[in-house]
Amino acid sequence: MIPAADRVTTASKLALRGLSMTFRTDGKDVKVLENIDLDVAAGELVCILGPSGCGKSTLLNIVAGFLPPTAGSVSIDGEKVAGPDSRRIFVFQERGVFPWLTVEGNIGFGLGRLDRAERTRRIAHYVQLVGLGGFEKAYPHELSGGMKQRVEVARALAVDPDVLYLDEPFGALDSITRLVMRSELLRIWQSERKTILFVTHDIEESVQLADRVVVMSARPARIRSIVDIDLPHPRDLSSRRYLELRDGIFEEIGLAHKI
Amino acid sequence: MRVRRLEAFFLPLVSAALLVALWHAAVKTSGTNVFPSPAAVARGLAELARKGLLLRYVRDSLWRVAAGYGSALLVGIPVGVFLGESPVAARVCNPVIQFLRPISPLAWIPVAIVLFGINNLAAIFLIFLASLFPILVSTMNGVRGVPAMYRQAGRNFGLSGAARLSRVVFPAALPEILTGTRIALGIAWLVVVAAEMIAVNSGLGYLVIDSRNAGKRYDLVVAAMLLIGVIGLVLNVAITSVSRLRAVRWGFRAEAG
Repeated sequence: MIPAADRVTTASKLALRGLSMTFRTDGKDVKVLENIDLDVAAGELVCILGPSGCGKSTLLNIVAGFLPPTAGSVSIDGEKVAGPDSRRIFVFQERGVFPWLTVEGNIGFGLGRLDRAERTRRIAHYVQLVGLGGFEKAYPHELSGGMKQRVEVARALAVDPDVLYLDEPFGALDSITRLVMRSELLRIWQSERKTILFVTHDIEESVQLADRVVVMSARPARIRSIVDIDLPHPRDLSSRRYLELRDGIFEEIGLAHKI
Repeated sequence: MRVRRLEAFFLPLVSAALLVALWHAAVKTSGTNVFPSPAAVARGLAELARKGLLLRYVRDSLWRVAAGYGSALLVGIPVGVFLGESPVAARVCNPVIQFLRPISPLAWIPVAIVLFGINNLAAIFLIFLASLFPILVSTMNGVRGVPAMYRQAGRNFGLSGAARLSRVVFPAALPEILTGTRIALGIAWLVVVAAEMIAVNSGLGYLVIDSRNAGKRYDLVVAAMLLIGVIGLVLNVAITSVSRLRAVRWGFRAEAG
């Protein structure tokens, strides 16, 4: 029994096997994903990188259990995913916060089962963690895009999930806020140790954040390559290794690194 | 801010006073003996108050609106939520709704009288019918337009169907529902006057028609019109203030500024 338990902790948290997806639109079959195999270890931060419209968001929706795949399976801790679950939270762009709830109300949204004292304690903790102290009673329309994104991340973390799925979470933010949010995410990830699957179309973003970058092809999306980012955090964005890895992915995707 | 608020209060007062002055001047210079002067109308109002009719008629009209509009809320919001949630049901019912909606409530008067007789119920039915459609349609559209993202988030946090409806779908649709209820209240107040002219023997609509028929008391006709206008204004201000509540203000950003 003990080796078996051991194996569970070292085996992959998240396993995608032969995942394919075909949509039927206007009587035509459109193949979006083709035969995706991927393992993600517990506590790992993996970026899925691909051009817009390649199907990476579809992939994340399938993994999160919102969409059933045409073929293949997703399992978490050896258990097949059949639908969404509060142990695995999907974070949208900041548009996913509920505009009718305050910052507190949003962060406490998934905590209905806890007693009041515990709920209050958790809300306070995550308000502090994402740096929104003083804005507890504010409504989302009174906040900036970056603050709304923090609310959404806090809302997800508050239910203490094992896995976070982030779908281009910083895509709508300005470039400065985006940089701040990335380092915030890394700080939170390092303190909370969640498994994170992060979808992005931004090469720099993926190399700054990920343990591994899964590079996708254009539609139908296949895994083109998986790049290990062997850089310790905090990452020096002008180090040789960083630039090497970044340029490697640029070439991999077939982009000349000049404009 | 304070200056602004003073203006918001003071300027309408000035224009109202100007209107009354203009009205007075028009009556005096034209020498009409049919249309009453402001002073005559004020005397008419005092007479109504003395006879105890003023409060009774206002109360009766408001009560009919409350009954008709209230039942339209009770029916329209749940049915609208159901139709918004169920595309199949909406496809079945929408042609009927779209067909009935443009029929003026006044065209229903004979039907209401056949169904309920010449009494309170007929008036309440007309108000109900007139306010039902805006409430129903805006609720349906509001619910249908709730972003898929909110529903997904609700599912993701483990909410059951009923909890999703009450904690995600309804609050997300609420601003649009409120817009419908506001329009419906305005219509209800228009319709009560018409209904009271035909179906009942009290209320402000009855006051208008009765004052004209029984001795051409145009001072009372105009007094009733003034009351109708003022109460309509108060109702609109009251229901508009609901949309200033913080939990729904996000849906009215263009208006709230």
